[in-house]
Amino acid sequence: MAETAIEKKEPTFAFGKKERKLLTDPLNDNNPITVQVLGICSALAVTTLLVPSIVISIAVVFVCAFSNLFTSLLRKSIPKQVRMIVQLVIVATLVTVVELTLKAVDYDIYKQLSIFIGLIITNCIVMGRLEAFAMANTPWKSFLDGVGNGVGYGVILIAVAFFRELFGKGSLFAGSPIEMKIIGATPEYWINTMADGSWFSWYSNNNLMVLPAAAMFLIAIMIWVHRSWNTKLVDIS
Amino acid sequence: MGDTARVYTFVLIMTVVVALVLAGMTTVLKPIHKKNEAIFNKKAVLAAIQSKLGEDVKASDLPDDEVQGLFDNKITQYVVDYEGTPISQEEVEERGYKGGQAEHVDMKKEKKRPEAERFFPVYVYEDNGEKIYIITIRGSGLWDEIWGNIAIKDDFATVVGASFDHTGETAGLGAEIKDNPGFPRQFQGKSLYDSEGNYTSVVVRKGGARHPRYEVDGISGATVTCDGVSDMLYDGIKKYMPYFNSVKI
Repeated sequence: MAETAIEKKEPTFAFGKKERKLLTDPLNDNNPITVQVLGICSALAVTTLLVPSIVISIAVVFVCAFSNLFTSLLRKSIPKQVRMIVQLVIVATLVTVVELTLKAVDYDIYKQLSIFIGLIITNCIVMGRLEAFAMANTPWKSFLDGVGNGVGYGVILIAVAFFRELFGKGSLFAGSPIEMKIIGATPEYWINTMADGSWFSWYSNNNLMVLPAAAMFLIAIMIWVHRSWNTKLVDIS
Repeated sequence: MGDTARVYTFVLIMTVVVALVLAGMTTVLKPIHKKNEAIFNKKAVLAAIQSKLGEDVKASDLPDDEVQGLFDNKITQYVVDYEGTPISQEEVEERGYKGGQAEHVDMKKEKKRPEAERFFPVYVYEDNGEKIYIITIRGSGLWDEIWGNIAIKDDFATVVGASFDHTGETAGLGAEIKDNPGFPRQFQGKSLYDSEGNYTSVVVRKGGARHPRYEVDGISGATVTCDGVSDMLYDGIKKYMPYFNSVKI
């Protein structure tokens, strides 16, 4: 009971320096992908196009935030022996809620993402944050931590997808109403490589970019850039 | 012992709560899911007659009620058997396809049955006295199943258009059969027969079409998917031949 007494001294929904750090830390110093190297599996699989990556990112932010919240709310009553299973059930339930909602709201995107939504369950970031943070912190802080980590993951995902779609397919936001056709071999594209006298007649889309291996290279380059810019990360790990 | 009881109680309560939440949500959203799926499949059928819908209309962008309207006013649905004989609505419902129309037939399930027992959906689009027959076919790509709708003129030899979909072809390569509108567009006007009248179906040729009459260009980097499309077309259209022969005047 002593622990609860100490926690109650702080206002429940405080948003001070500490809380802000919970949100910003995963974006830079403690990024789930480039620093903790978690959630790589889905970062390789879904990032061929921007639209699915954005949808997955939103879904992960939602699942991460609310599974952290619920786990934290239950953290004192979850029996130690089954805590992993309980966390898994919470995550799986939220993922199913996302899947059912998406199926009702936008069937086309649901069709495109199909199995990848279900795979959020196995996303290491979600379970990792539950074990490492939500089991030991207050619900509000856990919620913020979930949002922060979800966004930190989503930012990298969207950045990877941007390069993969642009260089692999020559378009951006394909499959959405704001699809932009940037570079390609037909007049529909802004830069038409087949047009007479085009400066880009040497260019063709890179098929490697649509394969998962390309995401590996891109993430590696991002880790490199991130570390040369934020030098205090260099000696960690 | 008290500890074990606590674990069981916790797990039990949690399971019940989760089950109730998910069951409730599924039940509430089911009608919307069903409607979305039906519209999605209807759009795929309409995509095969893209060229008849007008130049600026894209089948995939049509609003839901317009899709339904086209189906209500211009399309007649039939289900036929292996010999091309139409099957009654009751018989289709008996197999478990509620509604009993062509759109309710699950091709995935049908494909697992012996050929002679299969049901084949046909959509007949009628506009200005012109009849177009849209058939549904299914085959295998590189990773998983592929399927499509093929629209054929009432001479039963000329392709009006096609639309394709897939479960898990590689994005940017095999998935281009669906994502790149240029691929299905190539099928417009192709013939199912060579100049001597032999059945060829439409062939997706690696490295570019050599017989423009019945061949279309393959997608580089997606040879297995394209071969899958060729095989699916050859076998799929052939199975509808008895029906075509029976309606041919």
